[in-house]
Amino acid sequence: MKNTDMVVVGGGAAGMAASIEAACAGAEVVLIDENERPGGQLFKQIHKFFGSEVHRAGIRGIHIGRDLLKEAEEAGVQVRLNTVVYGFFPDKCLGLMCNQHTEELQAKMIILATGASENVLAFPGWTLPGVMGAGAAQTLINIHRVLPGRSVLMVGAGNVGLIVSYQLLQAGAEVVAVVEGLPTISGYGVHASKIRRAGVPIFTGHTILRAEGKESVERVVIAAVDKSWQPLAGTEKAFEVDTVCLAVGLSPLAELAWMAGCQFIYIPEIGGWVPVHDENMETSVPGIYVAGDLAGIEEASTAMEEGRLAGLAAAEALGCLSSKDGRARKAEVWERLAALRIGSFGHGRALAMEKILRAKGVG
Amino acid sequence: MKKARAREGIRTTGIPSKEELEASPGYPKSDCLARGPIVVIECVQDIPCNPCEGACPSGAIKVGNPITNLPVFDVEKCDGCGTCIPICPGQAIFRVDMTYQTDEATVSFPYEFLPLPKKGDVVQGIDRAGGAVCEAEVLRVQQPKGFDHTAVITVIVPKNMAMEVRSIKRAKR
Repeated sequence: MKNTDMVVVGGGAAGMAASIEAACAGAEVVLIDENERPGGQLFKQIHKFFGSEVHRAGIRGIHIGRDLLKEAEEAGVQVRLNTVVYGFFPDKCLGLMCNQHTEELQAKMIILATGASENVLAFPGWTLPGVMGAGAAQTLINIHRVLPGRSVLMVGAGNVGLIVSYQLLQAGAEVVAVVEGLPTISGYGVHASKIRRAGVPIFTGHTILRAEGKESVERVVIAAVDKSWQPLAGTEKAFEVDTVCLAVGLSPLAELAWMAGCQFIYIPEIGGWVPVHDENMETSVPGIYVAGDLAGIEEASTAMEEGRLAGLAAAEALGCLSSKDGRARKAEVWERLAALRIGSFGHGRALAMEKILRAKGVG
Repeated sequence: MKKARAREGIRTTGIPSKEELEASPGYPKSDCLARGPIVVIECVQDIPCNPCEGACPSGAIKVGNPITNLPVFDVEKCDGCGTCIPICPGQAIFRVDMTYQTDEATVSFPYEFLPLPKKGDVVQGIDRAGGAVCEAEVLRVQQPKGFDHTAVITVIVPKNMAMEVRSIKRAKR
C-alpha cells in the first residue's frame, strides 16, 4: 500500500487552498478529484467576487481558480484527476478507483473538502426534462457553453438563484421570473438589482405549483403562498418556459466523513448534517480535517480560507510548521474568515460556526 | 400606507427604495449633483466588501473597519473619474453628470451583456425596475483590459431622468 503525508479529497476552492498551504509548508500532498478537471465550482463563477483585497475581491472566480491551480503546481501538489475516493478504511486508508482500477492510499493526515450537492424540490412535473439544478445550468453555460434552454423560470432568490439568473441572461437565455417562497430575497440585494434592471421580475412569497409539458417542460404555473407555505387560490400565474432551474439550497457531501466515523451536528442554516470540527477544522477523528461546503454551506471565499486553515493545521500536526509559525499563520486566516462572517448576511453563519465549536467542546 | 412601505425596499423587490438610497452614505445629496460629474454609490446593505475603497485614486470612498460598513462617499474629493464603477462586484456604482448640457445629463453604468452598443446608438434608458423610461444616446463605451470585461457605458438622457436611468435595454442577440 502506498503512503503519503497528506491526502486532500476534493479539488475545489477549499481543497486547492488546503493543498497549497500544506505543500508550501513542506508536506507531501496528494490532491484527489473525481472530475477530469480540478477547480470544483470555481471555474464556473464568472462573476467578480465580494470581500476585501486579501479575499481577492473584485476578481472573477474563474481567474482565482486559475491562479490557485498554478500555485498548487508550483508548490508540488500531486493532483490525481478522474479518481473517486470510494471508501474510508481504518488507519486513515482510502480506497481509490481510477480507470476501472482500484488501489489503497494511506495518509498521516486527511483533509476532506468534498463540497456539496444541490437540493431539489418535488412538484408535479419536476421529473420532466428541462427541470434542473441552477448549478447544473451554470455548468452547462459557463463550462460546456451550452444553453440549457431559451426561456427559464428560476426557483430561489438566494445568491445562487440570483447569480445564475444573471449569467443565464449573459449567455443569451431569457429569465421570465425568479420565484422565492420566503417573503424576502435572501441573496445580496445588489445581485437582485442587477437582474431587476435587466427586466427580470422577482416574486417573493411565491412558489412553483407545477411544470407542464408533453416531452419536456413547456409551461410552469406559480402561485403566492400564505404564512404556512400553502398556495393561495386565485393567485396563479403561468409562464411559457422550456427550463426550470432550482436554486433551493445545498447539502454537504458528507459520505466520507460519515464513513470515517466523524461526529456530526445538525444545523439547518448551513445545510443540515455537518461534521463537528474545532478552530483548526479538525474533526472528532484526530488527523481528519474538513473544509469548504462540507464543513457548512457558505461560499467560495470562506471555503478558500477554511481550506488554508485546514492545510496549515495539518502541516503543523505533521511537524512541517513550528507551533509558533503555525499559530501566527492560522491567526491571519482566522481574522480573514471572521471578516467574511459579519453583518446581516454573515451573522447567522458565525453563530452556526460557534455552535459547531461548542459541540467539539472548544467553543 | 405603512403596509405599502413594507412591500418596498431592496429585500422585497430587489430595488433599493428612495429612503434606502437617501439613507446610504454613498449616495450624494441632490445639491451636490450640480458640481459636475460625480459617482453615485447605491450600496445599501452591510455586505462584507470594500474594493471601491482601494479603487478610488482620490480617496473619496471610505469603508474602513469592519468591511461591512457602507461606503462613505466624500463628494469634495470625487473628480468623477469612474474608476470605481467596473470594480464594484455588486455593480452598484454609477456616475451622473448634471452639467453635461442645459437640458441633458449623462449617466454611466457597468454593463456585461453582448452585443455592446456603439457610440451614437439611440437606445432605451432603463430604470432600477427594468422599465424603459426614456431615449438614451450612447456617448461612450469603455472597455479597457483593466475593467476585466465589465464595460462602462455612458448615455445622454434628459436631466429629469438622470437619477432614474441605471442601464439600457439589452439588445437582441
